[in-house]
Amino acid sequence: MTGSGNGASPLLQARDLRKSYGSVQALRGASFDLAAGEVVALIGDNGAGKSTLVKCLSGVEQPDSGEILIDGAPVVLNSPTAARAHGIETAYQDLAVAPDLDPAANLFLGRELRRPGLLGALGMLDKAAMRREAAEQFSRLGVTLQDIDVPIGSLSGGQRQSVAVARSVVWASRVVFLDEPTAALGVVQRERVLDVVRKVRDTGIAVVLISHNMPEVLAVADRIEVLRLGARVARFTASDVTLEQLVGAMTGALTQEEER
Amino acid sequence: MTETEVREPAERSLVQRMVAASTFWIALVLVVLCVLFSALRPDAFPTLFTLQTLLIEASVLLVLSVGMTFVIITAGIDLSVGSVLVFAGVVAATLMESLSGGDASDAGPGVVLAGLVAAVVGGGVWGLLNGLLVAMARIPPLIVTLGSFGAALGAAQLITDGVDVRTVPKALRDGLGFGQTLQVPHMVALAAVVTLAGAWLLHTTRFGRRTFAVGSNAEAARRAGIPVRGHLVRVYTGVGLLAGLAGFMSLAYFGTTTISGHSTDNLNAIAAVVLGGTSLFGGVGTVFGTVIGVFIPAVLTKGFVIVGVQQFWQPVAISAVLVAAVWFDQVRRRSRDRG
Repeated sequence: MTGSGNGASPLLQARDLRKSYGSVQALRGASFDLAAGEVVALIGDNGAGKSTLVKCLSGVEQPDSGEILIDGAPVVLNSPTAARAHGIETAYQDLAVAPDLDPAANLFLGRELRRPGLLGALGMLDKAAMRREAAEQFSRLGVTLQDIDVPIGSLSGGQRQSVAVARSVVWASRVVFLDEPTAALGVVQRERVLDVVRKVRDTGIAVVLISHNMPEVLAVADRIEVLRLGARVARFTASDVTLEQLVGAMTGALTQEEER
Repeated sequence: MTETEVREPAERSLVQRMVAASTFWIALVLVVLCVLFSALRPDAFPTLFTLQTLLIEASVLLVLSVGMTFVIITAGIDLSVGSVLVFAGVVAATLMESLSGGDASDAGPGVVLAGLVAAVVGGGVWGLLNGLLVAMARIPPLIVTLGSFGAALGAAQLITDGVDVRTVPKALRDGLGFGQTLQVPHMVALAAVVTLAGAWLLHTTRFGRRTFAVGSNAEAARRAGIPVRGHLVRVYTGVGLLAGLAGFMSLAYFGTTTISGHSTDNLNAIAAVVLGGTSLFGGVGTVFGTVIGVFIPAVLTKGFVIVGVQQFWQPVAISAVLVAAVWFDQVRRRSRDRG
C-alpha cells in the first residue's frame, strides 16, 4: 500500500527540507517524491506546510536547510525563474495574477512576445500574436471567458483561477504545481480543471495537486503524499487507499514514516 | 488573412474601452471648458496667441507629468521632481557659466550642449538614488522622495549660495525658450516628442507592460520572473532624467534658475496624472490621460484670466475635480473587487 514513486525514475525530490518564519517552523524535515507523468496529491491539515513546501519547490522561498534534486542531481532553486528554467510551473493559491491586465497579458506575464525585427529589438510587444495564442490555449484547455480584453480583476473568481491554472499548464515542460486549483470553482469548472490535469499528465508532465477535497484527490491522483506538522507522514497509492486512511494520516492517528 | 480576423474584434473593443475609460469623460470636460471659454470670449480665448502661450506654459509640467505617470502606475510616487528640476537647472547653468568664464550670455552651442547633458545627468542621478532607495532599501517612495525633495533643493542652493544664476546663453533662450518653427514653439515640440515617446514606451513595449504588471501586483510580477526591483530603479531613474530635461527647458524659458519657483511642481504633476485617470493604487493609467490632466488646470487658469474671474478660483476648481476623480477610481476598484 505504500507506493514509492511507482518504481519510475524520480523527477523531482525533496530531502529533509526545513523552513522557519521567525519562531514558526513551517517545514520540519519535509520530503517529497515525484516521477514523470504522474499526478501526486499533496494533502494535509491547515498549517501542515503544503504551501510552504510548494513555494520551496517552485523557487519562491528558499529552504533553510535540506536538498532539492532534479533527475537525481542537487539543484538550487533560488528564484521562480530558476525553477522555471527546469520546466517547473506553479499556479499559486493566492493566484499571483496582475488584476489590472487582461487574460492574454497575464498568460504571457514575464514571457512577453516581441515583434520581429527592429521594432522587437526596441521592445515593442506583439500584442496580436499574444492575444491569438492566448485565445487558442484557453480554448484548448476549456477555459471559457466571455471577454478576453477586460482586466482579469473584473472576471469572476473562478475565471481568474482558470486563467492562473492555464498559465502554469501552458508553460510547464516537466512539473506543474497546482495549489488549491479548484477552491473557487463551480462544479462544471472544477471538472474542467480536473480534465486539464489528466490531459497534462498524458503529455508526460508531472502534476502536483494540493487540495482539501478528498473525493477530488481520489478521483484524479495516482499517488497521495500526506504532510503533517511540516513533515511527510504517509504515502499512498490512490487506487487502494480509503478516505479513513487519508484522514487518519492527516490527523496523526496513522503514521507510516518516522516523526521528526 | 489571419490578420484581419484578429484585428476586427480588437478595433471594436478599442471604441468600447474609450467610452468605458475615465479618460474619455475627463477629455470631455476639457473640451467643454474650451468651448465654454471660447463662447464667453470669442475674441480673446480661441486665438493662436492664447493657444501658443497655453502650450508653452504647460510644456515643462507636461514633461514632468509623463515621467510621473510611469511612477504612479508602479503604485509609487515622486515628490522630488520639482526640486530635481531646480537642481538640474542650477547644475547646467553654473556649468555653462564656468565654461564661458563667468557670463554665459554669449556662449556657443557646445556650451549649451554641455549644459543639456549636465541637466539630464544631474536629474538622472537623483532619480537613480530614489530608485535604489525604493527598490533595494525598500523604503516607501513617499518618504524617499520627500527626502530627495528637500535634499535636491538644498543641494541646488548650496551650489549657488541660494542666489539664482541669471546668465543663460542667448542661443539657448532664442533657440529653445522663445524659438518657433512654422508657429510651433520649440518648447512645445520638445514636450510633444517626450510625450509621444512616453506613450509609445508605456503602451506598446515590454517595459511599459511590465510597469503595469509591477504596479498591479508586484508579487505576481516577481513570481512571473520579472525583475521587479531593477524595473523600479529604471522607472525612477527615467523620471529623474525627465525632471533634468524639464530643468533645462525651464532654464531656456525663464532665463534664470527660478530656485524658489518649483515647490508645488510635484503636486501639480501628481494632480495632472491622477486627473487623467491614472490610479494612485497602481496598474492603471495612460499618457493620453495625463496630457488631458495637464491641460485642464492650464485652460482653467488661462480662461479665468481672460474671462475676468478671480484666478484664485482655479485651485478650488481643480481640487474639486481631483477629489472627484480619485473617488471615481475608488468606486471602480471596489465594484471590481467585489466581482
